[in-house]
Amino acid sequence: MAPPLLQVRNLTTRFNSERGRLTAVDQVSFDVREGETVAIVGESGSGKSVTALSVMRLIPSPPGRIEAGEVLFEGKDLLKLDDAAMRAIRGNRVAMIFQEPMSSLNPALSVGLQVAEPVNLHRGSPWAKAYAAARELLGRVRIPDAARRLASFPHQYSGGMRQRVMIAMALACQPRLIIADEPTTALDVTVQAQILDLIKELTRETGSSLLLITHDLGVVARYADRVAVMYGGRIVETAPARVLYKEPRHPYTLGLMASVPRLDGEVGRRLVPIEGQPPDLAELPLGCAFSPRCRIASEPCRSARPPLMEFAPQHWKACFNDARA
Amino acid sequence: MPAPDASPANARAAAGGDDELVRLDDLKVHFPLTKGTIIQRRVATVQAVDGISFALKRGGTLGLVGESGCGKSTTGLAILRMLEPTAGRIVFEGEDITFHDKERMRPIRRRMQMVYQDPYGSLNPRMKVRDIIGEPLAVHGVAANAQTYRERVAQLIRLVGLLPDMAERYPHEFSGGQRQRIGIARALALEPSLVICDEPVSALDVSIQAQVVNLFMELQERLGLTYIFIAHNLAVVRHICDRIAVMYLGRIVEIASRAELYKSPLHPYTEALLAAIPVADPEVEARRVRPIVKGEVGSALAPPSGCRFHPRCPKAMEKCKTVAPALTDLGAGRAVACHLHATA
Repeated sequence: MAPPLLQVRNLTTRFNSERGRLTAVDQVSFDVREGETVAIVGESGSGKSVTALSVMRLIPSPPGRIEAGEVLFEGKDLLKLDDAAMRAIRGNRVAMIFQEPMSSLNPALSVGLQVAEPVNLHRGSPWAKAYAAARELLGRVRIPDAARRLASFPHQYSGGMRQRVMIAMALACQPRLIIADEPTTALDVTVQAQILDLIKELTRETGSSLLLITHDLGVVARYADRVAVMYGGRIVETAPARVLYKEPRHPYTLGLMASVPRLDGEVGRRLVPIEGQPPDLAELPLGCAFSPRCRIASEPCRSARPPLMEFAPQHWKACFNDARA
Repeated sequence: MPAPDASPANARAAAGGDDELVRLDDLKVHFPLTKGTIIQRRVATVQAVDGISFALKRGGTLGLVGESGCGKSTTGLAILRMLEPTAGRIVFEGEDITFHDKERMRPIRRRMQMVYQDPYGSLNPRMKVRDIIGEPLAVHGVAANAQTYRERVAQLIRLVGLLPDMAERYPHEFSGGQRQRIGIARALALEPSLVICDEPVSALDVSIQAQVVNLFMELQERLGLTYIFIAHNLAVVRHICDRIAVMYLGRIVEIASRAELYKSPLHPYTEALLAAIPVADPEVEARRVRPIVKGEVGSALAPPSGCRFHPRCPKAMEKCKTVAPALTDLGAGRAVACHLHATA
């Protein structure tokens, strides 16, 4: 089997803050294979977005710094590239779709110009050709009347249409990997479904891989092939999506599943919340980050960090105990 | 129905036998858009809420659901009279409060309170938690002295699952879920009968949402509260509301009991909203047939003709473009505004 398209190994990213050095991403390892959709799911502060930004080398420094690990993409360690080499990959071989389309688009440039820019930059296409490519791209992301709308500015687009523009920009150079960081959180419910369906459809068409960052277990269930669950900067469980939902084995994953309201299932069922508060990265416990909220935490959990172990084929968890639904 | 000249107290007494707490009759809230600074000309009207009616029983929970611009928050603010209704009637505890002035609203505002969406923006960062929660008591002169004030605040803090010594702290020392508990405690300070919750859990982390949803349900059981629960997520609403009104561009398109709405949604927009929400189970998702609506919500400034949903509706007919469907009562507390389900 060919090596995975993206191999992240022991990635560690820290931030300097008023409250000391925070480890936002702590020895995270995962793979994304050709054509696969991998979801990283977690709550705020879990490190899922910092992981995505670290892969793209977009961590603001200072205060942040990628301190250790490897990000192997098509066999090359992105962390060892100089800035020029990284720029040649970013937006070209690896593209990113951000959460807030309004703040990620330049308000003073026309949409056509912004979509044409990566084509001009990475493909060396002359502007006229790049502009024609932009028109074709806007059509592919189903922007009606694309030819006329090329000259419009981002504020003349609705939220959903702006996110379509972001997708068109990401697709411009036919990337092998698309990283989408909460791509629909700012959108209306029915538009969220449209946008995610579109991203999924286009990655399927082009055979590119998708790394989807989300907090929504429903979105993961609908779109992902494999899932990594993050908590307190670490991956606590990872498995193929169907396995993870059928047999979650980390107490945090189990807790999340029980706490999420669902459209199906028994009406009026009380939700089972995870007690306590999400972890504070400045005051992480010595042992397992989830231990203060865990129903089955035992003594070892409080003194040592459980390593991520493959306890069944392709199913990894970082827990000393045997948690079951 | 009390006579129009009845005093508020009498009106409440007259409504005593009835268990209806709130009723809206054809409520409209329009915002004029004007041009010019000294001589203002009206250039357009935003029809934020355009003729909605519902009744809510004491102890019940009504969900107002829809996407941005549907008028769900405007409806909540109009009931509290924080926005001026343009037309229609708002009846609260048997009293018509539609055009009450500030002075007449004051005693009524004690009986209806609001919990806001943003737990970071809705608490004054320079006030201690004690004074945030106690402010309504002070404003309405409820606490007789400092001692009863302190006791009542401590009681409220315990009620929402926080610790009494947290009263001396400031909002920034709390997490989002804890702040939302503070907001709930403040809303409950004056023992309201109606609490309007505007997206109260959508800013919270997934694991914390369930804590707050459960708190709302416990408080309702203990205190007999009536809720209007404003949300965009039909999955959350399903857990807390016994009746649900689905809104689109200022109008109610469907209203039904929880059991009916989720089992057999009638309006194509309700179907679309349900289909848009993924179920946290890959096997269910793989089997699901999902009609996806096209486009986005139109503008309340120039809403589409006929049925406001028709440009996005997969089942739209010729008639839908010109004739606005009326909300038709189908019996058993269910009504829908769609030509597909018009009986007459």
